[in-house]
Amino acid sequence: MPEIFVITEHRKGKFRDVTFEMLALADKIASANDCSVTAVLLTDHAYGLAEELKSACDCVLIAEDPALGNYSADEYLAVLEKIIAQKNPLLTLVGNTAMGMDLAPAMSTRFSIPCVSDCVNVEISDNASLKLERQIYGGKINACLLMKPSSKYIATVRAGTFPADRDRGKNAKIENFPVPAFDNLGKRQFIEYIEEITEDVDITAADILVSVGRGIGKPENIALAQEFADAIGATVSCSRPVADKGWLPKSRQVGTSGKTVKPKIYIALGISGAFQHQAGMKNAETIIAVNKDPNAPIFNIAHYGIVMDMFQFLPKITEKFKQEK
Amino acid sequence: MDIVVCVKQVPEVKDVDLRINKEGTDINNRDDLVMTINEWDNYAVEEAVRLKDAHGGTVTLITIGDEDAEDVLRRGLAMGADHAILIDDEEFKGSDAQGIATGLYEVLKDLEFDLVLTGVQSFDDGWGQVGVILAELMNLPYATLVVGIDVQEKGLIIHRELESNTLEKVKLSQPALLTIQTGINTPRYVSIMGIRKVRNIEIEETDANELNLPVDQIGLEGSCISVRTLSLPPAGRAEMLTGSLDTVCETVADIIRKKGGIS
Ligand SMILES: Cc1cc2nc3c(=O)[nH]c(=O)nc-3n(C[C@H](O)[C@H](O)[C@H](O)COP(=O)(O)OP(=O)(O)OC[C@H]3O[C@@H](n4cnc5c(N)ncnc54)[C@H](O)[C@@H]3O)c2cc1C
Repeated sequence: MPEIFVITEHRKGKFRDVTFEMLALADKIASANDCSVTAVLLTDHAYGLAEELKSACDCVLIAEDPALGNYSADEYLAVLEKIIAQKNPLLTLVGNTAMGMDLAPAMSTRFSIPCVSDCVNVEISDNASLKLERQIYGGKINACLLMKPSSKYIATVRAGTFPADRDRGKNAKIENFPVPAFDNLGKRQFIEYIEEITEDVDITAADILVSVGRGIGKPENIALAQEFADAIGATVSCSRPVADKGWLPKSRQVGTSGKTVKPKIYIALGISGAFQHQAGMKNAETIIAVNKDPNAPIFNIAHYGIVMDMFQFLPKITEKFKQEK
Repeated sequence: MDIVVCVKQVPEVKDVDLRINKEGTDINNRDDLVMTINEWDNYAVEEAVRLKDAHGGTVTLITIGDEDAEDVLRRGLAMGADHAILIDDEEFKGSDAQGIATGLYEVLKDLEFDLVLTGVQSFDDGWGQVGVILAELMNLPYATLVVGIDVQEKGLIIHRELESNTLEKVKLSQPALLTIQTGINTPRYVSIMGIRKVRNIEIEETDANELNLPVDQIGLEGSCISVRTLSLPPAGRAEMLTGSLDTVCETVADIIRKKGGIS
């Protein structure tokens, strides 16, 4: 029976959601193609973590070693090379995350397995080839890819695309994989995680967010958004480029590498809606988007869309609330 | 410190109504698109020039592209790079990340350097693989999503950006390859005058034949993809509000009052 491997991802003893999202996808592919699903767990302390995986896959393959406590490319690659050579999985899924973006391309080259990244769907097609869906041009175009036949494939999976349900009614067997001695490594060493703490306002606590993107144009224009926010009692947040340029502090950034927010109302001004941004705000109760571009991907997740120059919109909407006061 | 930076020219598509050809194989208004430097690569060039200013050395740019790609190279030279190499993309059309990295590798393997920088990903295809594959081909230690570089006597201390407001600190020996994330610095402004000043710097040109690259390793033949079909995403769920500026703002104000519980 062909096997699907999922490289599990955890940090500081806790699984990242993408692990269970990938297991859900793997289960879906496995049921359609009569495959089995193996969760690969590289860790310094499998106890507990392995238990959590048992109901979501057919096998938990554990490689336990003190050197595998935190993700580190060299050690992971050394162990995975042995595992994949011995077990020959047809398909290996890796998260399209900070870990997977670091790991998967190196697996592909070192183990000579073709790899497609950032997939939003993965299927095995009739002729045992792999069929993938992904987005290009910042989400403005969908691409469906058919891979050339190969004995093994790697696909990285976009986080947040599949439900992270942990219980798939399974009871996995546990298998321990002997960890090879780590020779000739040490060119890259993990030192520590640093959590960024800020003393700024907490955007995750706001009921209404007025969020500005690159369309705000220049730092002086932030004042216009602030004025609107003040008039409705909202907090100003932003997309990544605005924080990258230092126009607003990083603590105001919404998205995968910023904060996840769930306000009553999220007003997106001049934000295109890249998936890394969407991941941080798509669960807001009401999303209102203002964008000049009628094809901006933000309109795919907004509840209300306005195709307009925000510099026309902002003074007018602010005036509506100021009149009331 | 001698640094090589891999850069790419990509089309600007914000505010552009992208169309797809009948066969679904490509965008059909490609020739009308304005080309620009890939955002991540712009940060990589800036970082290289800053490291050169702080530690001495040279900066060399490499791109795979057509003759118009000279623009990104000139732009990089204006920012402070010293040399530029253009690999003609004719034989690379349809390459996957492996094919592109193979082309870059053929040039890189004959250069002397202490550090190689690439962007985290390119905006158009977004594979985010070329940098790491290149590191593997060169057998270099690497780190992705880099937002901080501290040059030490022995090696580099790197900050990688992870999810959930967390950074990862790692140590790398040199030479090394880093993929650069946006926000690591503030790229300098490039003026037309600046670009004019570097117009006489010679750009070295090469191609797949000169590099002795077997055609089955690059282009469509070398790619792991057999068929690529493009489509426009289905219309979204948003209810579009139209009408005069005043009507639209009145409707939005009502929504905000109702959903936000503001009186
Ligand atoms: C690993 C990784 C992590 C990332 N993490 C995040 C993250 O946490 N958060 C995040 O936001 N991004 C993140 N990104 C970046 C993301 O991919 C996009 O580049 C970014 O979200 C784009 O921001 P934007 O929408 O503001 O800018 P753009 O994509 O440039 O969009 C600007 C929009 O403004 C519109 N516009 C311009 N002028 C006007 C005007 N006058 N009126 C109205 N509309 C106008 C344009 O039509 C366009 O749609 C990450 C990327 C990577 C690779």
